[in-house]
Amino acid sequence: MTEIVFYLFATILILSAGMVVASRNPVHAVLYLVLAFFNAAGLFLLIGAEFVAFILVIVYVGAVAVLFLFVVMMLDINFVDLRSGFSRYLPIGGAVGAVLLAQLVMLGLAWKTDPQLLSVVQAAGADAVDNTRAIGRLLYTDYFYAFQVSGLVLLVAMIGAICLTLRHRKDVRRQNVDQQLSREIADVITVVKVESGKGVQL
Amino acid sequence: MDNLHSLMIVLPEVSLAALGLLLLLVGLVNRSNTTHVVSALTVLSFIITAATLISPHRLSFLMGGTAPVFAFGTMFVDDTLARFIKLLILAASALSVFLSGGYLENHKIARPEYPVLILFATLGMMLMVSASDMIALYVGLELQSLALYVLAAFQRDDAKSSESGLKYFVLGALSSGLLLYGISLLYGYAGTTDFVKLSFVFKDAAPHTIGLTIGLVFVTAALAFKVSAVPFHMWTPDVYEGAPTPVAAFFASAPKMAALVLFLRLLREPFMPLAMEWQQIVVFIAVASMLLGSFAGLAQKSVKRLMAYSSIANVGYALSALAIMNKDGLSAMLIYLAIYFVNTLGAFGVIISLRKQGQQVEAIEDFAGIAKKNPLLALAMTVFMFSLAGVPPLAGFFGKYFIFLAAVKAGMVPLAVIAVVTSVVAAFYYLRLIKVMYFDESKQIIDACPCFGVRATVTLAALYMIIFTVWPQPIIDGAIAAISGFIRG
Amino acid sequence: MISGLVADYLPILLFLGIAAFVSVAAVALSFILAKQKPDSEKLSAYECGFPAFDDARAKFDVRFYLVAILFIIFDLEIAFLFPWAVALGDIGWAGFASMMLFLGVLTVGFIYEWKKGALEWE
Repeated sequence: MTEIVFYLFATILILSAGMVVASRNPVHAVLYLVLAFFNAAGLFLLIGAEFVAFILVIVYVGAVAVLFLFVVMMLDINFVDLRSGFSRYLPIGGAVGAVLLAQLVMLGLAWKTDPQLLSVVQAAGADAVDNTRAIGRLLYTDYFYAFQVSGLVLLVAMIGAICLTLRHRKDVRRQNVDQQLSREIADVITVVKVESGKGVQL
Repeated sequence: MDNLHSLMIVLPEVSLAALGLLLLLVGLVNRSNTTHVVSALTVLSFIITAATLISPHRLSFLMGGTAPVFAFGTMFVDDTLARFIKLLILAASALSVFLSGGYLENHKIARPEYPVLILFATLGMMLMVSASDMIALYVGLELQSLALYVLAAFQRDDAKSSESGLKYFVLGALSSGLLLYGISLLYGYAGTTDFVKLSFVFKDAAPHTIGLTIGLVFVTAALAFKVSAVPFHMWTPDVYEGAPTPVAAFFASAPKMAALVLFLRLLREPFMPLAMEWQQIVVFIAVASMLLGSFAGLAQKSVKRLMAYSSIANVGYALSALAIMNKDGLSAMLIYLAIYFVNTLGAFGVIISLRKQGQQVEAIEDFAGIAKKNPLLALAMTVFMFSLAGVPPLAGFFGKYFIFLAAVKAGMVPLAVIAVVTSVVAAFYYLRLIKVMYFDESKQIIDACPCFGVRATVTLAALYMIIFTVWPQPIIDGAIAAISGFIRG
Repeated sequence: MISGLVADYLPILLFLGIAAFVSVAAVALSFILAKQKPDSEKLSAYECGFPAFDDARAKFDVRFYLVAILFIIFDLEIAFLFPWAVALGDIGWAGFASMMLFLGVLTVGFIYEWKKGALEWE
């Protein structure tokens, strides 16, 4: 059963990853990317890494892929022009891909793990606690340092995004809630006695 | 108790981070001189951090500060090497902030985020050079890189600056991917990311475990990208040319030092048992960088691209010192960095201060005849160029001399010969700039910006180049002490 | 253990199966049962009653991306909260303080973007 599910996820993952590169319409490419993310999440689930699987769905599908979709749908780019170099770059890109693939195959065939490590890994697996909790036990205390620096990385990302893209328009009148709330009758209404036939000078 | 101890070890970084957060909020005050104030406070923060770093109180707390001390398990290490290079990084960042003021205002991009981003990049560099774990290495590197990407694109209305930021970002993200892939392979073999434990595992490793070798190659390639060594240098000229000039100056100084020392720590600590495998890679990229940096620099017309190729060649010299990997070689590398960063910042300072009709000067031919109008500036540039070319008795000569000496002593004569030959070739383009300044007729009016920060930096840097000749002892002693503390530990 | 995991997710699989069945059935039934008389007007895209006249791709304000990027950053921040909430009982005050520090840093970022006006829509 597990094997069938694994090969199902793996096949769809590889096919949809191929379609991300091959599809003509960039919107379709992003949708294939979403499919690839979902299948990768499925693979993570199969090895018991539930937290990673759900983060993949929440962050990558829910936010990153949506941002990609946003960009390709809204940018005013002629995608046919963008793809014009495809056949020209195919040989070299294919060669790089082939080298990487060959390396991966070599790795897979000749992979060795430090012999002492296997016992450690088995010991870790024996402690049957669900993996979200296992991550939680380590991340905030043992990996305190890495966790806090990630906070700073997110902060810098925030500063970067704002200072590269935020612009204020000069010609827009903005709502100033403070000003609205602190308005008093005396500021805006003047009561004037109007004498008949003379009108009012303001 | 343990936490207090950890806190004391990372106190400089913690204070810099806290000051950075504070300055981010100070920058929100909407006054006309906010950027000035935040820049000044940033420099002050660097000074405070440096003072904390070497304060006797902290060092005595860390048992005199000679042996390496670890914080947060083994994530973070504080040793003589880290302290030495952190002082240089803080100095380089402070000078870069100094260099930026006038340029930013002239281009109407003076915003308080600029010094704050430099501050966070500096924090990232400090974390990088103190990393003693692959995860700590990665988060420090990302903190640094992310801030640098934004700085490259800081002049956001300028297409070239945006392009340079984008290029740097895309290639930087690719190299981070390579790094992570390599780390994951190493982790897959060893089951740990801790540098000390990794070195134990690698000691017992069968000499040719293919996964290990490929992981090592990926990590090395990613770091070669970060130090812009050939063949991973392609981004450097474009990014230097497009980025605002003071940002390019910053790129050429502090991040280079941080990445090289990170490289050094990685090769020396976890990868030392694999020296046979990486030494050939490092020698290759060192030689390739020296050759390409010297020869390709000859064809440049833009002075910023010229400085980019010069930085590639200089990374080559530093990497050949790294390939030697003994006490002599490594201290020669530190001395070299301590000279090079001031030298390159000074040269960029001169480039920043020259303007024609309010525009930045970029082409080499624009330097024609500035010796007549700005004799002092031309003199300073001459000092920097002679020093970069390695003409005795200026500081740059000693930097190269120690590396050549260490290479010959270690029996790597071919490496030393290539280094000498390439520095002769590179001398040609440095001297050509001097020739243009003194002997060519100027075609347009070039004036120097009256900015105090730039002038102060250029003056300081030029003095440093000369004073080093007569009084090199503090730097040399510091570098040797840093390396002996590191190698023994 | 692994088959146990698949068993754990059986309800979700069943749910997905039923959802797929219902949605396919709804479309299929309307396709089979309803009268179909397509013409070009019926099949054209409906845009508030007037004819679609332009390419859907137009340049949008960069502000949209800013909002999306800020959303991703806070989304990641939230992702860190899940394991923390699950394991808080085990990691005690140290873990609590650790998360408060993390949130503190990001709150500084939040104050920054609020005061900068990055969250306002003009």
